[in-house]
Amino acid sequence: MDLLATVPLSWYLILGAALFCIGVYGVLANRNLIVIMMAIELMLNAVVLNLAAFARFMEPARIQGKAFAIVTYATAAAEAALGLALIISIWRTENTVAVEEIDLLKG
Amino acid sequence: MTTLGWLIPVGPFAAFAAIALGAHTSKRLSRTLALVGIALSVVLSQVVFWSLVRNPETRTGSVIHWFSQGTQSVGLGIFIDPTNAVMLAMVSFVCLMIFIYSIGYMAHDPRQSRFFAYVSLFGGAMLGAMVVDNLLAFFLFWEVMGTCSYLLIGFWWEKRSAVNASLKAFLVTKTGDLFLLLGLVLLYSQVGSLDYADVFNPATVGALARTPIFGAQSVATVAVLLLFGGTIGKSAQLPLHVWLPDAMEGPTPASALIHAATMVSAGVYLMIRAFPLLVVSEAMPIVAGVGTVTAVVAALVAVAQSDVKRVLAFSTISQLGYMVAALGMGAYEAALFHLLTHAFFKSLLFMSAGSVIHGMEHGHHHSPGHAVRDEEDKSFDPQDMWKMGGLGFRMPVTAVSFMAGSLALSGFPLVTAGFWSKDEILAHAWPGYDWIFWSLAAAALLTAFYSARQIFLVFFNKPRTRAAVHARESAVVMVVPLAILAIFAITLGWVGIPEDFPLLGRWIPGGFGPFVDRSIEYLEAAGMYPLAHVPIAAPGQHAPTAEGGAVQSHLPLLVGVAASLGGLFLGWWVYGRWPIRASEANSDPVRLALGRLELTGIHIALADQFGIDGLYQRLVVRPAVRLAEICDAFDSKVIDSLVVAYARGFGYQGPGEAPRRVAQALGEVDEKLIDGTVVAFAKGFGQHGRLGPVIAAADRSVLDRLVDGVGGISRGIARATHWLDHDLLDGAVNAITGLGRLSSGGLGLFDNGVVDGVVEATADGVGRLGKAARRVQSGQLPDYLWNAFALILMLVAVLVLFQFA
Repeated sequence: MDLLATVPLSWYLILGAALFCIGVYGVLANRNLIVIMMAIELMLNAVVLNLAAFARFMEPARIQGKAFAIVTYATAAAEAALGLALIISIWRTENTVAVEEIDLLKG
Repeated sequence: MTTLGWLIPVGPFAAFAAIALGAHTSKRLSRTLALVGIALSVVLSQVVFWSLVRNPETRTGSVIHWFSQGTQSVGLGIFIDPTNAVMLAMVSFVCLMIFIYSIGYMAHDPRQSRFFAYVSLFGGAMLGAMVVDNLLAFFLFWEVMGTCSYLLIGFWWEKRSAVNASLKAFLVTKTGDLFLLLGLVLLYSQVGSLDYADVFNPATVGALARTPIFGAQSVATVAVLLLFGGTIGKSAQLPLHVWLPDAMEGPTPASALIHAATMVSAGVYLMIRAFPLLVVSEAMPIVAGVGTVTAVVAALVAVAQSDVKRVLAFSTISQLGYMVAALGMGAYEAALFHLLTHAFFKSLLFMSAGSVIHGMEHGHHHSPGHAVRDEEDKSFDPQDMWKMGGLGFRMPVTAVSFMAGSLALSGFPLVTAGFWSKDEILAHAWPGYDWIFWSLAAAALLTAFYSARQIFLVFFNKPRTRAAVHARESAVVMVVPLAILAIFAITLGWVGIPEDFPLLGRWIPGGFGPFVDRSIEYLEAAGMYPLAHVPIAAPGQHAPTAEGGAVQSHLPLLVGVAASLGGLFLGWWVYGRWPIRASEANSDPVRLALGRLELTGIHIALADQFGIDGLYQRLVVRPAVRLAEICDAFDSKVIDSLVVAYARGFGYQGPGEAPRRVAQALGEVDEKLIDGTVVAFAKGFGQHGRLGPVIAAADRSVLDRLVDGVGGISRGIARATHWLDHDLLDGAVNAITGLGRLSSGGLGLFDNGVVDGVVEATADGVGRLGKAARRVQSGQLPDYLWNAFALILMLVAVLVLFQFA
C-alpha cells in the first residue's frame, strides 16, 4: 500500500508550474526587496520540484536527478545569503527596502 | 494494523497544519483542533496497544516508498512491537493530559494558537518517531522534534534569555545529532539498509561485531557510540546536558511535554531500539558510565537550586542518567519501565510546578498594595522557591499531586511507581557493577533529599513572601490532569511488580516485563542477550552470576528503601522541621551549615552547575566569536578595499576607508622614501665644497682663452650665414607661405562648415538617441524584471513558433 505511488506525474508538474507562477507574480508585483527574495526562492523550489518529479518518474534508480536537486538547493542557499547581504548593504546606505526608491543605477 | 499505525501521528500533524494555515485566528478553534488531533492519537494508540497485549507479535508494514537509489530504497513504514506499543500508549496519553492542562495554563496568552500549533507538531513528530520502521525516518522525526523544542523554548521571544536558551538547546542537541548522523552513515555503509529489521537482527548485528574498523574496534562498537552521541545530546547526558536547565525558559507545559516526558526519552528510545547492537558491542561500559556519572552529578547540582523548575530539570537529567545506566548494564525492561514511570511522574511534577507558578503570580498581583510596587514587579520571580512556603493549604490539589509525583520520584517504597522502576535498575546493578550500584544508590538518596527539600520549601511551614500568602489554587482544567497523572504515578508501577516479590507478586498481575521482553526474545534465542534469567530481576532476587545460579539477595531492595526513606527523612530534618524565615537562597540551611565549616564554596559551585556553562563559554563560544571577528576584519579591510579600488577605476567617487588609507600610506612612502632619497642625493652633490674653487680657477685660465678664440671665428661664419638666410631663403619662404595661407583659408571653411557640421550632427543625434534610450534604464528593479519577463516571453513565443515553421 504505497500511498505516494498513486499520485500521477502531471499533478507534480502542475504544482510546480503553479508555484513558479506564484513566484513570478511575487517577483514582479512586490514593493519590498525581501519579499522579492522570497518569491525567487519559491521559483527555485518550483523548479526543483519539477526536477525531482521527473527524476522519480522517468529514472527512479539514478541518483543524478536527486543530486541535481540537492546541488540546486545548496546554490539557492548561497544565492539567498548573497542577496540578503546585498539587501542589508542597501538598507545601510539608502535606509529603505522599497524597490522603487532605489535607483542608484539610473542612466 | 498498518493503517492504524500510520494514522497515529496523522491527527496531531493535521491539527498543526490546520492551525498554521488558518485556524490560528481563532484561539478556541486552535485549542479544539489540537485536542481532537491528540485525542485521535490516544484512541488509536490504545487500540494498537491492547491489540499487541492480546498478541505480542511484531507488526510491520510499508506505507510510503520515499525514494530509491539504484537497487536500494528507503520508505516510511510501520514497525510496532511491544516496546513501541507501550511507548505509543504512554506518549499519546501524556500529550493529551498536557494539552488539556495547557488550555488552562495558556488561557491568558494572546498567542496561544501558535503554542497549540507547535505542540501539535511536536506530538505528531514524537508519535511518528515511535512508529516508523527505519532509522532515517526516525532521524527525520527526531530533527522535527528538535525544531519544535527550539520553537517552544523561544516561545516568548521578547525575553532575550528565552531566545538564548532556545538557540543553546538547538545547537547543543545538534552537536549530538551530528554524531547520530555519522552513526547512520556508518551503519548504512556496512549494512546497506537502515530498516530496523535489517540492522537490528542477530545475524547482521553479529556480523557488525566481527567487522573491524579503525584498527581494534568493531563496527558495532563505533556505530553504537556514534548513535549514543545523539542520545547524549537529546537526552541531556553529561557533556551535552547544559541545554536542559536553560530550556525552562519555555512555557511550563512545553517543559513538561518535551523536556521531561517525551523528547528527552526519544534519545533513550533510540538506545532501546539499538539494544541488539549495544549488547554485542564493547560500548556498554561507556554507556553505563556516562549514565551513572550523569545521574550522580545532576542529583548533586539539583540539591542547590533555587528555582522550582530547575530542580526538576536537573532531576530529569539525573533520571535519564538512570535509564542510560540501566541500558549500559543490559537491563532492557528496567530501562523501559523507568522511562515509562518517569514520563508520568515527571510531567506531573512539571505541571504541578506550573500550577504553583500560576498561583504565585496570582498572589503577587493580588496582594494588597500591589499597585504601588512596580520596582518589585520586575524583580519578582514566581519560580523562586525561597519566595514560596505554606502553599500546601492554599493549593491543596496541586500540593497533593506534587507530593505524589515527588514521592514517586524518590522511590517511596511499595506504593509509588518510581519505587518499582528505580529498584529494578538497582537490582540489576548488584552484584557485578558495584560502583554503579553504590553511585546510583547515592543518587537515589540525593533524589529523595532534594525532592523533600522542594516539598518542604514550597508547600509547608509559613509563606515567606506576600505573594505566597495570597496564592490560590489553579483552574479546574489545569488541576484535573494533575490528579489523573497522580493516580498513574502511583498505580502504574504495579504493572511491573515481579512475580517473585513476596506477597504482592502473586496478587497483582504484573506482566510488564514478560510483555516487553517479547521485543528482544529473538536475542535470547540467538544467544546474544547474556542474562538468561527470568526477565525481571526481582528486587528480592538477583540476576545470575557467571556460574548461572540465581543469587538471592535482598541488599538492593534494602538499599533502595533506605536511600528513599533516608533521603526523605533528611530532607524533612533539614528543611521541614522549622520554618525558614528569610526569602533568600543564602539562607539555605545546607549552605549555612557548610559556611560554618568554611565550605560554602561547594554549595555555590553546585548551584552554578560546577561552572560548566562558564567552561563552555570559554572553550567554545568565545573562540567561535573570535573567529567570526577575524573573518569580518578580513572581509572589511582586505576584500572591501580591493572591491572599492576596482570600482574607483570606473569612476566611483564614493567612500572607501581602506583604499584611502592605502593611498595615504603610499603617499607617505613616496614622500619620505623617494623624495627623501632624491633630496639627499641632491644635497650630496652640494657637499663637495672643497672641489669648487679649484675647478673655477682651471676654468678661468685655460678654458676661457680657448673659448674666446673660437668665438672670433664663429662670428665671421655667422655673418655670412645670416645674409644667406635673411635675404635669400626668407624671401622664398615668405612667397610659399603666402600661397599656403590662401589654400588653408579655403580648407578651413570646408572643415569648419562641412566636416564639423557632419560630426556635430552625428554627435547630436547620438546624444538624443541616448537620452531617449536612457529612460529604459530607470534604475528601478521592477522595470528590469518586467523587461526580463517580456524578453523571456518573446523568446518562448519564438521557440514555440519555430515548432510550426
